This record gives sequence, structure tokens and C-alpha cells, in this order.
Amino acid sequence: MPIKSYLAHPHDGKKEQLLQDLSIIQECEVLPAENRDILILVTDTKDDHSEVELEKKLKTIKSLKLLAMVSGFNSKQN
Amino acid sequence: MYTSLTNRREFIKKMAKLSAMAAAASMFPGIIFAEEQEAGIPADAKLDWKKGPCRFCGVGCGILVGTENGKAVAVKGDPKCEVNKGLLCVKGYHQTMCVQARDRLTHALVKKNGRYVKTPIDEALDLVASKMKETIEKHGKDSVAMYTSGQSTIPEGYVASKLMKGAIGTNNLECNARLCMASAVAGFLTTFGTDEPMGCYEDIDHADYFVTWGNNMAEMHPVLFSRMLEQKSTRGAKIIDFATRTSRSSGASDRSILFEPQTDLAVANAICYEIINNNWMNKSFVEKHCNFSKGLTNMGYGTEDKYKFSDKPEKVDFEAYKEFLKDYTPEKVAKYSKVSVKDIKYLAAIYGDPNKKVVSYWCMGVNQHTRGTWMNNLIYNMHLLTGKISQPGNGPFSLTGQPSACGTAREVGTFTHKLPKGVVMNEKHRRLAAKIWKVPYENIPSKPTYHTTEMFRAVDRGDIKFIWTQVTNPLVSLPKTSRYRPGMQKDSCFVVVSDVFPTPTSDVADVILPASWHIEKGGIYGNSERRTQYWDQMVEAPGEATPDAWMTIEIAKRMGFGELFPYTRENHVDEIYNEYRQFHEGVKHGMAPLDVLKKESGVIWPYVDGKSTQWRFNATYDPACDNGEDFHFYGKPDGRAIIWLRPFEPAAESPDDEYPFWLNTGRVVEHWHTGSMTRRIPVLHQAMPAAYVEFHPDDAKKLGVRNGEKIKVSSRRGSCILPASINERGLPTRGQVFVPFFDENMLINDVTLDAFCPISKEPDFKKCAVKVEKA
Ligand code: SF4
Repeated sequence: MPIKSYLAHPHDGKKEQLLQDLSIIQECEVLPAENRDILILVTDTKDDHSEVELEKKLKTIKSLKLLAMVSGFNSKQN
Repeated sequence: MYTSLTNRREFIKKMAKLSAMAAAASMFPGIIFAEEQEAGIPADAKLDWKKGPCRFCGVGCGILVGTENGKAVAVKGDPKCEVNKGLLCVKGYHQTMCVQARDRLTHALVKKNGRYVKTPIDEALDLVASKMKETIEKHGKDSVAMYTSGQSTIPEGYVASKLMKGAIGTNNLECNARLCMASAVAGFLTTFGTDEPMGCYEDIDHADYFVTWGNNMAEMHPVLFSRMLEQKSTRGAKIIDFATRTSRSSGASDRSILFEPQTDLAVANAICYEIINNNWMNKSFVEKHCNFSKGLTNMGYGTEDKYKFSDKPEKVDFEAYKEFLKDYTPEKVAKYSKVSVKDIKYLAAIYGDPNKKVVSYWCMGVNQHTRGTWMNNLIYNMHLLTGKISQPGNGPFSLTGQPSACGTAREVGTFTHKLPKGVVMNEKHRRLAAKIWKVPYENIPSKPTYHTTEMFRAVDRGDIKFIWTQVTNPLVSLPKTSRYRPGMQKDSCFVVVSDVFPTPTSDVADVILPASWHIEKGGIYGNSERRTQYWDQMVEAPGEATPDAWMTIEIAKRMGFGELFPYTRENHVDEIYNEYRQFHEGVKHGMAPLDVLKKESGVIWPYVDGKSTQWRFNATYDPACDNGEDFHFYGKPDGRAIIWLRPFEPAAESPDDEYPFWLNTGRVVEHWHTGSMTRRIPVLHQAMPAAYVEFHPDDAKKLGVRNGEKIKVSSRRGSCILPASINERGLPTRGQVFVPFFDENMLINDVTLDAFCPISKEPDFKKCAVKVEKA
């Protein structure tokens, strides 16, 4: 089911924290930019329900200022 | 070669990551992502990526749709598109998923003995054409009408206008853009004499301040808001949210200032008072480039059938303007606007500071207003007084809601008074249209007939006996549907609805025509920043679903107008655009040729000598300026823009003892307008499954209302039951409730009022009086 990618903007000075906060979520893969306060987040969820649950979880992360969605793919789960 | 699902999933994840890296690279040049940057770019053997604009909002993000075996399987932001630089919002990404909905309209349905019968499309089109013809023969040309959309493509709007105005000879053509940006059009025309914003989205990269007027951009124009936030964090640009409700935008802004509904008129005047009082006015700009005018006041609200109004502008001088503003000192205005004197002065100082660049953004809060034209004029006043206009990072910018409200509704002109160039009242404009359309000049009537609200009143009264709606769902989106639904159900009117999915509007149709969706047809849109965007058909439509433009052409042929519509099915988009382009030839509105549109991710008009014009009226950027000055407002005969004296007047209906709350309606980020598409996209539907009524926590406490409890919201027109929402998505001010209108199971427009701005005729969906009680 959905695979999405986002640009994740941390609050000022919270890039490392955001990296940690996102890395512990099972459905998230994170790739921080080396020279900017931006992280790439790729989410991979098994169905629409988990997708919604994940979105709820992301909204509670305090170090996260903004998530801007970039792309999405709908693929069968293996 | 066999690819296991695991491999395929990894492959897709890599592509998702790469799309994000591409977007980041175009937004932040020089950005580095360590080892991943160059590694493992998968050879994209199977997906065929095609460019186009997003189907949904007026931001007009460029998308790339990946197709595989004739199916759209992926969407990503187009990193080459200057609008979004690779970004997309939640709607943009999921858009193609609606086409798979189980209840997709794939065949024509004709109502027979109260039941819909699947009918071959040719037979259904025969019936529609014969009904239209027969109605005209019996009751005259003005008994038939078409109601189209700011989501219609340019070719769709163009053939509708040609059929109705040129071939049949009636001005009974309107579109739902009347409900969303008619006030912006009237504002532009009254102030500048020519429609559409002078600036472009690149202003975001230059402005020091963004002042948003009643505009929840974080939800309604999310990609532009992301771009603003980026400027906030990289350059320290500031966002000031001026609104009647605390929204997601307020939370992300530097300042949120709340005002009492309707008093934006007074606050805008108070800002102008302060600009002059503090000598912040740019005197030489005003002297060289502006005039002052006043118009009629106490215009009424159009709530009665056949209401008529025309303004009588009168030129005045600067002294008269100063005198007028004396009623709007910050102290006086603070008393009824509930905006503090300090905040009014704060806002004025932003506009007044000569060293700060300011962009004002607005959309429905200002436009859906019984004094919407005035509010547009007043925002222009602030920019004209300070000379902060038509320069990178400085300017007033009215955003559109729909993807082609500009391209189709405004530029092609699918309103009763409009032609592709100019208005029906102007003989020169009628002659030009007649020449290009190859119809006798006398065919095009010189008088406008019905604006949207009056059109549906005419259906209810029985004056309109045939109506065809395309790409729109008026029985969810009109104000006061409690009157217009029974009106459309009457036997006196034959109703034809073209759509992709069934809706409450198709429920009352006599014939339902199955329409092709966005990527199942080719098309052209025009976004908020005058950008024309072309796309090719990407996938086949199911069953007998047909492009709307082609259905209009088929009807025209069946009515005997075939020689006026000599287009081919395969190539009609290109053929129509080439014909349409002739209307706008010249430096003021030249449109790009097709080969450019096919190559680029949209270009901005006026397109002159192979270049987009990003800032109009500024001689440095706009080749149409020819007065020898640095600015030229050439829409007006004397080249000067108008600063208008527009007073505060109360709303059409305000809370009272019986109906003590304001009702404000609007949208949410997950859903596109009436939800007919986005509610069929599972992720979006699950994220926001139903409408709700938002309360201020103090009001909820006073009424003893708990979250989720069923509440009946009623007005003098009708009622609607919805679950209460407290401290969730947004926070209305005390004494106000907010309801989103996307949910066809909770029709809040049964409750709203059909009062409109007398100049623009755009209804006010943001203010009426209601009572709330536990259901
Ligand atoms: S911001 Fe508007 S145009 Fe851009 S992806 Fe979202 S809905 Fe589409």
C-alpha cells in the first residue's frame, strides 16, 4: 500500500531530535540533508488504516515544524 | 524479467526518496544528502512519466504521473515546475486514486419512469440536443442555460461559450467561479481596469512580510504556504494571519490577529488612515499613478429575486479621501472590529515601512463577502498608497480556489457578461468574437442575463426550462440549497448533469452524461499566477466516459451548428486552443504557442517575444507599459489605478436573540470542494470522514456541548445536524461556529444565505446567523 516521501522541516535547532523521533517509528525511513535543516522522510505503510494512524503519530512529534509531501506510490504490500 | 514484490517495493521506495531529493534540490540549491545522493538511481524501465497540472486547487502545482500498462500508478511533484518545485500536498499526491472508485459514471443514464436506465452515449446526446432545441423553439433562447466550472479546461469553457453565446445566441452561461472569485475580478476591473494579479509566486522569494487576509493558506494553498514557511526559516520573512478563525495557518504564522466578521472593511480603512496620518504614503507614486473615486453605498444584499444594481463611480480628490478616512481612526475601528488599536497600528506599520516588502494574500474570506468587491479595492488601496505593487516581493495577490478559475472562467469568460476577450456589453468585443467564431455579429446578445444565484432562482421560478451542468456540483456548493434543490427537482426544468461521479446534483438530473476525468483527456488550465498549463491524455477513460468539450461539440453538431465546430476528436484540445489564442493576441495578454506549452511546465501570460511577463504594469518587466513612466496601469484609459472610498457596512444578516451565532463555512486540506472526488480516495476519506461543527471552547462549555455530540445548526433557511468539534482542527472566535462544506451527507448550504456582493454578485458563504442546539 502507500509509500510516500516528504520533506520534513524541524523546529529551530531540533534537527537531531527530529531525526531521532522519526527513526524510531517503524514505518519511517529518514535521510537528513548534510548542509540544511531538512530531512527526507519515506513512509511505508501496509494499508490505509495504518497510513492514517501514522499521520496521527507524526502530528504529535514536537520537533517537527512542517511536513511537505513530495510524492507517493501505491504498491502492493509484499 | 521477473521482479519480486519485495524488490519492487524497495525500488518504489528508492523512487520516492529520489523524488524528495529532487524537490529538495530545486527548493534549496546546493543541498547535499551524503552517500544517497548519487547512489542507486534505479533504471526506470517500466513507468512512463507524463507532466500536467494538479487536478485540484488554484496553486496549479506541476505533477508527473507515472503510468504502467495503461494505468496511473504514481504521482510526484514536478521538480521542473516553478510553482511547486517538486512539492505536492496530500490531495495532489493521491489524486489519481479516485478514478478507481466503484461508482464511477461510465455510461450515460437517462431517467425513465423515475429510474435511471443505462443508455448508449450517442442516444443520450441525441436526447439532450433535441430537448435543448425543442425548449428554445417553444420558450425562446433564454430558456436554456449552461452552468460550468473553474475546473473546466480552457477548451471546455471555450466551446461552451461559443455554443451558448455565438451559436444559440443567449448569455445564459455561468460557472461556479462566480461563487469563488467574482469579487476578485470586480476588484481588479474597478481598480485597474484589467483582470488578474500583477505579480507571481516568485514574490514569495522576495517578500519580507506576508499578510494573509481571511485566508487559511496552510490548508487551502498548502504548497504556497510551504514555500512561505521556507522563506520564514531561511530569510526571516514574517507571516501575519488576519482572520476570523484560528486555523492551521495561524499556528504557523508569526502573528495571528482575529477580527469580528465583516469588519475587515473598517480595519483596511484604518490601515490606510494610519499610512496617511504617519506620512508613510508614497506621494510621488500616488500623484503619478492613482486617481480617487467613490461609488454608491447602501447597495443592499441581493437576497430578493431579480435584484439589480449598478455602481455610479464619481471621481473625488485626495482631500475627500482623507476626510472619508476620518471615520476609520484605529480608536474608532477597534471598538467594533475587536482588533486592538495596537494591532491595527502594527499592521499599518508593516504596509507603511518603505524598507519592507509586503505581499497580501487573500481568497475566499475576502471574496465571499457581501462587500467583496470593496474589500478587494481596499487591499489595493494599501498597496497603491505605499507604492508597494508590481515589484518582486511587493504586491496584492488574490489567490484562486480552482485550478482554472483564471484560465477558463476569467480568461475564456464563462460568465453571463463575458466573452473570451472583454464583455458582451461592448460592441467591439462582440464584433471580435463574432469574427473569430464566424457567426453573425447580431447573434451575440448585448445584455447579460443571469448571474449564478439568479440563474438557479430562475430555474426555481420556472423561467429556465433546460439546464446543463458540467464539472460542478451546485446542489452541494450553492448557498441556500434548501431553495435550489427543490427548484431543480421541479418538472418545469430538464436537467442534464455531466460528471465523473454521482453527486446530489446528478441525483436530480434527467440525463447524466459520463465525463472523462482529468488525465483521461487532454486539457489546458490557467492557475492563480496567470500560468497556462497544458497536458496530454495519459490514460483511457472507462466505458463511454467522454471529455466534456467533446460532449459540447457533439451537442452543437446535433443542433445544426456543426460548421462552427469543425474540430477533430483526437486533436480538439490543440485546435480549440489555437482558435482561442487569437482573442488575446498582443502584448497585454498574449498566450504562449502550443509547442511552448507542450514543452514547459506552464508559462505566464502575457507571453511576449518568447518570455513570460512576471510583473505586469512595471515597465522593467512588462513590455505593454508604454507611457514612458516606471509604472503604467494601462487597463484604465488614463493609465492610473483607482484608490476607492469604500465604507464599512454591516453583513446581510448578523446574530440576534433568536439566531445568536455567526456561521462561517469553508474547506479542509483533505477535501476538494464538495468532496465528490476526494471522498472517493480512501486515505483522504479516512483522514477526514465527515463534516463537523466547530465551537469556541467557551461557547461549548456554556452550552454544555461535548466533542462529537450531535448538534443541530439552523438558520431562517434550513438546518443541518453535525457532530461538535472543540479544539480540534480550528478554533472559531467566540459567538461563531465553523462548518466545512465538503460533506454531501451534511449539507450545510441548506443553512447558508444567498446574499451576494451587489457589484460582483458573489455570495457570502462566511456570514449568516444561526442557532445551535443538541440534536
Ligand atoms: S497545493 Fe493545490 S495544486 Fe498543489 S498539490 Fe495541493 S491541491 Fe494540487
